[in-house]
Amino acid sequence: MAKLIVNGKEIDVPPEYTLLQACETAGAEIPRFCFHERLSIPGNCRMCLVELVGSPKPVASCAWAVRDCRPGPKGEPPEVRTRSPMVRKAREGVMEFLLINHPLDCPICDQGGECDLQDQSMAYGIDGSRFRENKRAVEDKYLGALVKTSMNRCIQCTRCVRFSAEIAGVPELGATGRGEDMEITSYLQEAMTSELQGNVVDLCPVGALTSKPYAFAARPWELNKTESVDVMDALGSAIRIDTRGREVMRILPRTNDDINEEWISDKTRHVVDGLRTQRLDQPYVRDNGRLRPVSWNEAFKVIAQKLARANPKRVGAIVGDLAAVEEVFALKDLMTRLGVGNLDCRQDGSALDPKWGRASYLFNATIAGIEAADALLIVGSNPRREAAVLNARIRKRWRTSNFPIGLIGPKVDLTYTYDYLGAGPETLADIARHSFADAMRQAERPLLLVGAAAFARPDGAAIAALAAKAAVDLGAVKEGWNGYSVLHSAASRVGALDLGFVPGEGGLNARQMAASGTLDVVFLLGVDELEIAPGAFSIYIGSNGDRGAMRADAILPGAAYPEKSAIYVNTEGRVQMATRASFPPGEAREDWAILRALSDVLGKRLPYDSLAALRQALFKAYPHFQRLGQIAPGDPADVHKLAQHRPGTTERAPFRSSVEDFYFTNAIARCSAVMAECSAIAAGRVAMTAAE
Amino acid sequence: MSVRRLAEKQPDSFAFTAENLAWAKRQMEKYPPGRQQSAVISLLWRAQDQCGGWLPQKAIEAVADLLGMAKIRVLEVATFYTMFNLAPVGKYHVQFCGTTPCLLRGADGLKKVLHRLIGEENEVTGDGKLSWVEVECLGACVNAPMVQINADYYEDLTPETLTQIINDLSNGKTPKPGPQVDRLNSAPAGGLTTLAEKA
Repeated sequence: MAKLIVNGKEIDVPPEYTLLQACETAGAEIPRFCFHERLSIPGNCRMCLVELVGSPKPVASCAWAVRDCRPGPKGEPPEVRTRSPMVRKAREGVMEFLLINHPLDCPICDQGGECDLQDQSMAYGIDGSRFRENKRAVEDKYLGALVKTSMNRCIQCTRCVRFSAEIAGVPELGATGRGEDMEITSYLQEAMTSELQGNVVDLCPVGALTSKPYAFAARPWELNKTESVDVMDALGSAIRIDTRGREVMRILPRTNDDINEEWISDKTRHVVDGLRTQRLDQPYVRDNGRLRPVSWNEAFKVIAQKLARANPKRVGAIVGDLAAVEEVFALKDLMTRLGVGNLDCRQDGSALDPKWGRASYLFNATIAGIEAADALLIVGSNPRREAAVLNARIRKRWRTSNFPIGLIGPKVDLTYTYDYLGAGPETLADIARHSFADAMRQAERPLLLVGAAAFARPDGAAIAALAAKAAVDLGAVKEGWNGYSVLHSAASRVGALDLGFVPGEGGLNARQMAASGTLDVVFLLGVDELEIAPGAFSIYIGSNGDRGAMRADAILPGAAYPEKSAIYVNTEGRVQMATRASFPPGEAREDWAILRALSDVLGKRLPYDSLAALRQALFKAYPHFQRLGQIAPGDPADVHKLAQHRPGTTERAPFRSSVEDFYFTNAIARCSAVMAECSAIAAGRVAMTAAE
Repeated sequence: MSVRRLAEKQPDSFAFTAENLAWAKRQMEKYPPGRQQSAVISLLWRAQDQCGGWLPQKAIEAVADLLGMAKIRVLEVATFYTMFNLAPVGKYHVQFCGTTPCLLRGADGLKKVLHRLIGEENEVTGDGKLSWVEVECLGACVNAPMVQINADYYEDLTPETLTQIINDLSNGKTPKPGPQVDRLNSAPAGGLTTLAEKA
């Protein structure tokens, strides 16, 4: 630790701290534009100047380490002043230079109200301009469907350039030219390809990069801000939902170092327009092949009639990817009361089963644990598409120091280098003899990441046993470290598995239920990725008119994730509660309430009249759901037991990723025009011409 | 200086000649493994030579591929340094120094000559032989005013001598580089004034 005096107050900080960090520790606020905690330090905006006593000039505190400060003449600790007249004058000078070429756009700028430059000019700006010459003008650039540019406003902090090169790992932004002619651009103005590109909008301290879909939509002070949890992938990233009235205007990330740091993927951020389009806002029943809008009572009556005639053995329920714990619990409760055993939450046909124990389907190493790992083997997964933010975490670890990464599965660009070991299960079966196995065995905390798609094959159970065996053989499961980690891609999956929403004794699984002739009535809780064969009367409970609703014989309109308070469990097993930010449209209701109302009509009334009562019942049956933000860790013995399984042989088919098109993984995303445009650009179907 | 963009008309392809490729490989070997991008300026310079004094887009991409760099990183370098020409130049590319010492010694007269004989700045003559550009100090102030034509300096110029040089070049003759008055390099004009006797 090094001693330092900041504004007369003596503090003790680690010597590798920068002066900026030290000053913040001492409670002194330092203005900055280019510096960002999670990016490299360029030191080019000069806004963070402080006075270092003894130094003839002010120093840039972001780029000056505490250990570089010299002690005073009598050996007293180095002294830093952040409020002296010299500092004030220096910062005012910097601000004046920054404003020389900055247009007075604030009234028409989307950043207005949440602009670092605007805020800091309140403190360090002067009231007039001494600049009589022409301001510089810069052409706006085309960067793709998500980021709108207004390059006159750019102050060249290069945060976006550093983000794309360092965090996103797709170096496509750069600063061309020099001096006054420096411009931020992508190569020949091609659209950005990163799944994390939306974050450059948050990073931009001015209004140069703003959100294209959100352009001129609202002002920050008009918005109600609700802290919630994302469901676009299984990470449960921390988000903030901004609403105006009932409408969700935008989604921004919140900082959560355990999961998403402060990044979110483009799907999380820009799925917003999918919440407005093709919404199911009233119940429908299919008559003579056409969907007819009906009242809730009528819809319930039709369903009750169908159920009354159906044998419980020929009734089933499937849970989709976006369902929250509460509605799965209510659905399971209702099905149990109806005597139905055909339950499944694994519409992709995954073999993961709660009977193997909780550790068999969790990301046991935890997301933050990736940074503690020292070797990684990825099996049957493309984390860049399945969980873009988690991929950034792997990349962060890979950049820090030597981190051997092996991959069994589709050979794709993951933004970091890896040893390609093979494509299919035979490589996994043979992993112990592979040269990469040594890297895993030598590691103190090796991590085995298995993608959800690896289990969603006919031989999924055998793969699970193989993966668990590999984890045990390679030393990934040991005292104090469980590196066997399943990366799910569905937000609902872990919660539903925790609830045991899988076929009961003699029950059918999702694939069997979807097959022709096995069921008479099937409940679909937001199931859009599984095709139900004709024949069964399908009851779709969901928010958007997508594949499931097309097929449905009765549609019960539910609430999308920003419209309900609900518990989700992420791939680590972390229980999180999403908060209600808006209301479902029209006649639509929260899913648990629909099930409760339906149960009444069916004569099997569920014993809870409010969400609080439901949660009480839920917590009583499954206590771990009440520990919000925490993980109830799985028992490593489960992985050992799973490794002993011998459920059949594996096939030769290569692994694939569970996500084919990153922008189209669920019903809400498929309804979003922005996602469609991104998908089209990604597929190269749109000519990448510069925007006029 | 102004905003620099790639030329609108671009050749369809670029590939280093076998000789240049071998040379490029030797440059890359100078750097430790993983640091091959340190050779980016040398390679761009060689590519510019090969293309007749300018850098086409495909050449920038070829260098990026060769060094395993992102294309934008190479473009940054190519646009940063003004000695990389992003548009075609004449066979004889005149870099005319317009900085203070040359200007004090009559560079504005030379500029008129360039305008008259070659045309607008950054434009190539119809026969493709000549082009000119005004640059900042080339470091030959003692022999001001001066121009650089391709690799050679022509110093102590007057409008007349510059006219002669340009006419010679367009007629296929090779004028003598260096000072165009009676002196050796930057020794005093008109003979030595000190240390004149042999020791």
